[in-house]
Order: sequence, then structure tokens, then C-alpha cells
Amino acid sequence: MIATKETIYTKDPSNKKLKVVREFDAPLQKVWNAWTKSDLLDQWWAPKPWKAVTQSMDFRDGGTWLYYMQGPDGERHYCRADYKSVVPNKSFNYYDAFCDEKGNIKNDFPRTLWNCQFSSTGSGTKVEVELNFDSEADLQKLVDMGFKEGFAMAHSNLDEILANN
Amino acid sequence: MRRDVFQAIADPSRRAILSLLAIGAMTPNAMAEHFDSSRQAISKHIKILSECQLIRQEQSGREIYYYFNSKKLKEVDKWLEPFRILWDTRFDQLDALLQKNKTKKS
Repeated sequence: MIATKETIYTKDPSNKKLKVVREFDAPLQKVWNAWTKSDLLDQWWAPKPWKAVTQSMDFRDGGTWLYYMQGPDGERHYCRADYKSVVPNKSFNYYDAFCDEKGNIKNDFPRTLWNCQFSSTGSGTKVEVELNFDSEADLQKLVDMGFKEGFAMAHSNLDEILANN
Repeated sequence: MRRDVFQAIADPSRRAILSLLAIGAMTPNAMAEHFDSSRQAISKHIKILSECQLIRQEQSGREIYYYFNSKKLKEVDKWLEPFRILWDTRFDQLDALLQKNKTKKS
């Protein structure tokens, strides 16, 4: 049985934080692996029809995950996550960034600090993701970007529905 | 001070006030009866909610009634919608992956 869990979104009054909380129907170790192992991340991190493709992964304090998101028309956006601290099976945090294929950071886009926390619940695992922005404007930028991606996805879902009927 | 809808709904008491008013219009006194907080604290919440236009007031005889302005609350959803679509999709994919790996190993 696949139960779709509710995702809770909260925006901090300061307008610099966004929190996303979700429970998953799997033991902590498995959820942790899905968030921290590149072969698993590649399978879910990019929302369809985008795909995430890992170039290199070094999951530890000071390490980096370099990957790209490939769009339906083959366009690629390179991204990196710079891990600051990792507490196995508990939490990790990192700065994200857009970059070129060599990993050189593009400074025209704000970086976001991600805090990801994992905890066991009676039936599964709770993941709390906190996104920290330097300014309100940065948050708005992220949302605007999400809008574009969300729009593309909405279309792909529509395609799927049309194809199946 | 700048006020927006997100700030308004960040507070649990203010969310409770909104749920009350969603059922029907109320006077500030009637609202206060539902809370342990002081009348003064409730007035402050009402003021913030009014400033963000989440509630509006109407005079009826000697009493002031507050109404829930649902149109304004929809802005919250609209704002978050793209972000929500992105993450919901992502998480559904993770659900599917975890499910697949579960069946594989058991």
C-alpha cells in the first residue's frame, strides 16, 4: 500500500526561512540513504520530467555533491551541494549553488543553507527540511524558479494522463 | 511595520481566530471567550489580522463584527503552489523508491 503523506510547508515570519516537513513510510536508515547516496538521489531528487544525474559525490563534512538536472529538452543545469556537517542517521546541512560543469559557482543566484533532520516515528521516518535565505528577495527568487519547474511538471503530468486515457 | 499574510498565520492563536471566524462572524468579546489569553492579547491578534486583510470588520448597531476574508488566505496557497508542486512531486517519487526497495529486500 502506498499512502501519500501530507507535506507541511511553513514560512517563517522573518520571510527568510521555509520549512518542509514530511513523513515517509520506511525505516530511518532507508530514508537516510535515499537522501545521502547519489545512486538513490538520482532516482527521485529531480521532479519529473527532469532527471538528476550525479557527477561526483563526497558525502562528509566539507564534501561536495556535484550533479546536473536534465530537462525534457535535454537542457542541463549543474548544481552542487557543499556539505558543512554530517551527523550520520540524524542530520546534515549544506549550501546549495548553481554552477558550471566543472563546479565553478555561479554567483548571480543566491545560495541557500539547507538543514535536514531525520527522526524515527512509530510507523516511519520524519524528515524536516529547513531552507535558510539571506534575504526575503532570495526566497522570492527561489519560489519564482519553482514556479517555472512546477509549470513544466504540471504539463508533463497532463501528458501522462492524456497518454493513459 | 510591514505585515503580510504569512506573518499573520505564523501564530497559532491567530490561526485559531481564523478558524473561528471561518464558521461565522463574531464580536471581539465572543472571540476572546474562546481563549485563555487576555482580552488585550486577542485585540492585538485581531489588529494584525485586520492589517493583513485576513479579516474585515463591520459595524452592526453598537457591536463590531469581524468576518473572515477567505480571498486573502488564498494568496498564501497561490504563493506556495509552485513550491508545493515541486516538493510534492519529489516526495511522491521518494515514496515510490522506498516502496520499491522495500519489496525488493523482503
